Amino acid sequence: MGRIILDKVRKAFGETEVIPPLDLTIEDGEFVVFVGPSGCGKSTLLRLIAGLEDVSGGAIRIDGVDATSTPPAQRKLAMVFQSYALYPHMSVRKNIAFPLRMAGMTAEEQDKRVNAAAKVLNLTDYLDRRPGQLSGGQRQRVAIGRAIVREPSAFLFDEPLSNLDAALRVGMRLEISELHKRLATTMIYVTHDQVEAMTMADKIVVLRAGHIEQVGSPLDLYRAPRNTFVAGFIGSPKMNLIGGAEAAKHGATTIGIRPEHLTVTPAGGTWTGRIGVSEHLGSDTFFHVAIDGIADPVTVRAGGEVALHYGDTIHLTPDLAHLHRFDAQGLRIA
Amino acid sequence: MARSVTTRRKTITTALAWAIGLMIFFPILWTVLTSFKTEAQAISDPPVFLNFDWTLENYAVVQERSNYLRYLWNSVALAVGSTLLGIVIAVPAAWSMAFVPSRRTKDILMWMLSTKMLPAVGVLYPIRLVLIHFGLLDTKLAMIAILTMINLPIIIWMLYTYFREIPGEILEAARMDGAGLRAEILYVLTPMAIPGIASTILLNIILAWNEAFWTLTLTTTSAAPLTAFIASYSSPEGLFYAKLSAASTMAIAPILIMGWFSQKQLVRGLTFGAVK
Amino acid sequence: MATHHSRIAARAMMAPAVFLLLVWMLVPLILTLYFSTMDYRPLRGIYECCQGFDNYVRFVTSSSFLESILTTLRLVGGVLLITVLGGVLLALLLDQPIWGQGVVRILVIAPFFVMPTVSALVWKNMFMNPVNGLFAHLATALGLQPIDWLAEAPMLSIILIVSWQWLPFATLILLTAVQSLDSEQLEAAEMDGAGALSRFGHIILPHLARAITVVILIQTIFLLSIFAEIFVTTGGAFGTRTLTYLVYQRIIESQNIGLGSAGGIIAVILANIIAIGLMRVVGKNLDA
Repeated sequence: MGRIILDKVRKAFGETEVIPPLDLTIEDGEFVVFVGPSGCGKSTLLRLIAGLEDVSGGAIRIDGVDATSTPPAQRKLAMVFQSYALYPHMSVRKNIAFPLRMAGMTAEEQDKRVNAAAKVLNLTDYLDRRPGQLSGGQRQRVAIGRAIVREPSAFLFDEPLSNLDAALRVGMRLEISELHKRLATTMIYVTHDQVEAMTMADKIVVLRAGHIEQVGSPLDLYRAPRNTFVAGFIGSPKMNLIGGAEAAKHGATTIGIRPEHLTVTPAGGTWTGRIGVSEHLGSDTFFHVAIDGIADPVTVRAGGEVALHYGDTIHLTPDLAHLHRFDAQGLRIA
Repeated sequence: MARSVTTRRKTITTALAWAIGLMIFFPILWTVLTSFKTEAQAISDPPVFLNFDWTLENYAVVQERSNYLRYLWNSVALAVGSTLLGIVIAVPAAWSMAFVPSRRTKDILMWMLSTKMLPAVGVLYPIRLVLIHFGLLDTKLAMIAILTMINLPIIIWMLYTYFREIPGEILEAARMDGAGLRAEILYVLTPMAIPGIASTILLNIILAWNEAFWTLTLTTTSAAPLTAFIASYSSPEGLFYAKLSAASTMAIAPILIMGWFSQKQLVRGLTFGAVK
Repeated sequence: MATHHSRIAARAMMAPAVFLLLVWMLVPLILTLYFSTMDYRPLRGIYECCQGFDNYVRFVTSSSFLESILTTLRLVGGVLLITVLGGVLLALLLDQPIWGQGVVRILVIAPFFVMPTVSALVWKNMFMNPVNGLFAHLATALGLQPIDWLAEAPMLSIILIVSWQWLPFATLILLTAVQSLDSEQLEAAEMDGAGALSRFGHIILPHLARAITVVILIQTIFLLSIFAEIFVTTGGAFGTRTLTYLVYQRIIESQNIGLGSAGGIIAVILANIIAIGLMRVVGKNLDA
């Protein structure tokens, strides 16, 4: 079980309110990702759930029980820290067994569970090493092992992949997703990387300055961003946000069109521009196109092997079915 | 510095450093050498350096005259006792200041340090009276308590600086893993801070061992440590340099040897964790 | 990074240390304050209360008071000057590549382990004695008149002895600081055309500032209460009577508890003034 309800949770450090009253329900077994730029309060929110910080107001209920003033040790939550926070003086085995030892489990039971976790995480050969002798990915796995052995009601991840290199990050992303499928335990995952959010989450919570901007499944957020902030934050490369006369033509203050929803045509087309920088990814090519009457360059996705170059003239047509319109407040116009 | 240095330059700096090092060390060397001389050789002019008749007689005389071993035992008891007691009191306090800092933490730390600046003479008499009143004058118990109190601020300060180097996330991880406060300090913080705690212990044993105000003014016999033992050799008695040297060597040797064996921790401790 | 629980725990865990230090500070201080208003001379059986500020007035107006303050300042200042200057030079020297650095470092640290009574006795008898001391032998060998150090230059002698004890400490702290200096900074300065002197002045010295304040703070704490070295060498004679020693004499030697206590309180006040000043400086540095 792991249903977590935040009821008007508020957090202030002295005079500064980092999280204004906020409501959120996390269903049992859900993989929820808190995403937002740095300083948006996502880590603070996680630490409030963990009990490492006190809420300044409101209540946190875990499985129907008010846990607002329960110390972290008794919330039955497990956390994986950004720095992994492994105990440097203990072997991998002792690190993983630590929560079991704290729970007063017998030595045999501890061993059994540690061995099982080590097998799942490919750590069996490293059980007698110290964390200092492991690579980043292995340390990450030990931290996860320490979290899973105690069978918590929910896992909390605080930017767990940000210290890994790009290749390892993709691998670990898959492993964590797989772990979630297998354990079916609630996971709350904090990241500033929208790719991680899109690929892993059942539900994404986009945060800015302590406010929830939008909650929804990855595709909900992709298809119908509630405002310009979410529109610009979710999706890679970013959605093109265009203001001025072009937007007015569609009866909006700002219009948004994703690079993949622009079609390149040899002639005609809605917009004409010149190609600036192009990024070849093999499967795709992204052109940054300067268009008269539009302030910022527009990003366009084209096929992998398009014979267009710097300085070429290009014609673009937006797919009107995927055109997003926003009003003066930046809110979506339905 | 990662740069190549000419052998010539290295030779010159080596010679200079060794010359100064030996000069600084010379008084200790001379004392040890003199302790093996006869009294006549000890004051001979010109002085003899190594070419004398080595003798252990002085050590025997000193032990016989002033019962060195009893003073030694008192010194050990006072230094080790007060340091360990101080550590037990200081670890929780340093944990609080390092990991749950408040606006007043620095003020409290500064206040603690400032108690060290109170001139001991200012409060000597009342403490003497209190000890007499409770029948504790010249007892090891009282001396351990006093030495603990005078070194406590230093112990807390050192532990505080060492603890601050430990990432708070690790302690938070322990909390998430279900560790209570006691387990957090005992199983996670303390083992991680062992090097810092060792340095603190070593340095404070030295400070307590060498403390010479309270031990000289509040002990006479039964709790008197080596500082008092050596002070009894301060009256000039003519031909007595060799015996003074033997007594001095005996008083400083335990600490000197301990210091050399634990040089690395000590160097760390000597900087009070204040300079990295 | 704290919760209500941990803040309560923190207060509870700090309580023993704070309580003990408070008691240790306040009880004797209050008793001393009390005695300082009395005419209390146990040897003569005088125990009369309520003399007001008489003792303070007498202590401060006596000629020995001002003299003792100056003596204290001379001692602390002299030792600080020698140890900081010597420490910086030694640290720079030991930072150079040399053969047997570890051994040299042991030699240099050694005096710190020597208890003050021992070092005072050894220096007094075996080095500074006008007849049998090594300095006297050396002077005779050079055809000079040996001098009675502790009688003719008592202050200088004590400053030398104390400096010898504290030089290792200063050197070690400063050496650690020098070694933590980023060598790329120095190389960059060299590329920019800075000579050895200006590199020292503009890069090394500012880098050492924090370490130097730490040395000054810690040494001052210990130097203000220097006792054994004076006790063993001159016994406070020949203008080596520091404030600490003066109070000691009033209380222990002349058994004038009232007067001595007043002196003790004055010493406490003066030490606090110095302490506050130093704390200001170091408190800022502690944040860094």
